[in-house]
Amino acid sequence: MYTNYHPRWHRKPMSTYWWLERRSYLAFILREVSSVFIAWLVVFLMLLVRAVGRGDASYQQFLDWSARPLLVVLNIVSLSFVVFHAITWFNLAPKAMVVYVRQRPVPGHLIAASNYLAWAVASGLVAWLVLGG
Amino acid sequence: MNDRITMQVARYLPEGDAELSYQEYEVPYPREWVVLDGLNYIKDRLDGSLSYRWSCRMGICGSCGMTVNGEPKLTCATFLADYAPGPVRIEPLQNFPVIRDLVVDTGDFMRKLTSVKPWLIREEEKPLSEGEHLQTPAELDQYKQYSMCINCMLCCAACPVYGLDSEFVGPAAIALAQRYNLDGRDQGSKLRLDVLSDHEGIWGCTFVGECSKVCPENVDPAGAIQRYKLTAAMDSLKSFLMPWRGS
Repeated sequence: MYTNYHPRWHRKPMSTYWWLERRSYLAFILREVSSVFIAWLVVFLMLLVRAVGRGDASYQQFLDWSARPLLVVLNIVSLSFVVFHAITWFNLAPKAMVVYVRQRPVPGHLIAASNYLAWAVASGLVAWLVLGG
Repeated sequence: MNDRITMQVARYLPEGDAELSYQEYEVPYPREWVVLDGLNYIKDRLDGSLSYRWSCRMGICGSCGMTVNGEPKLTCATFLADYAPGPVRIEPLQNFPVIRDLVVDTGDFMRKLTSVKPWLIREEEKPLSEGEHLQTPAELDQYKQYSMCINCMLCCAACPVYGLDSEFVGPAAIALAQRYNLDGRDQGSKLRLDVLSDHEGIWGCTFVGECSKVCPENVDPAGAIQRYKLTAAMDSLKSFLMPWRGS
């Protein structure tokens, strides 16, 4: 489908570093990269579940392991990427979701706000389970 | 008073040049002058050999899209004074082959537009005696935004996927397909599904979102693509759960 070869037309190949050319491109690439950190947090969670399943000693060993400075830094970086992913994704949600109420489109900021609300409720529930339950 | 601005204009002569070069011109920039006025001044007074496309100079025809200081812009709607004291760099639209100076080849774009069948498709035409297809304002609102596209190609120039993947059908074509899919008079959405739900259709889009930011008509192609992703996903889920209904 692409334009057929023409010997005299100039074609500028895209630079390998095209994602550094504009701030929005960089933000997009960072959002894509965040998936690697999300994958790491999933693995971390599974390791935690396995350690809990193996008993007290194993759990304590896991806690000691996760208190290592390198791991703490990795988890802080991962958390910031997850938050970045969530915020940029929720802000984009109105683009994908067009909701009509009484034949009128719901404004985009309300759709984004409902996503944030769901996030807050889910976080509150997890916090209650972990801290208060 | 310094009442002139430097325009660095990309030049490319297909007969001899291997790369783009830049030529500088000093042009006046009264408050009401847009970039296109500056180019017309160069063409009329300074250098008649400069080539570029333009027609209506009022944001309707979509011919004068170029890269202004790195951003895809309609040059008839971009004021020179906003770039003072300059210089302001004018280059051809990115992601398209350059034929000469600021003129790019539109063939690829046009072929992709027609591939989504952008016209009203009816399974069966109703006889004229039954009158016209009436629509309510609410039905019109469903697709009106997407019908505002002027085919200026700025969205495709801003889209990195369009530049990286030569087969990607592009934001303009998908938004135009949605313009017909969401039109109550149209019955051709199934015919467009093959092209749109292809890997090089909606799923090629990684949602960078730049297409909607640069659109001079607020068409929001990124929104059109994400909405269609939802439609296509629901469609394939339904055909998986209820195969007897057909896809």
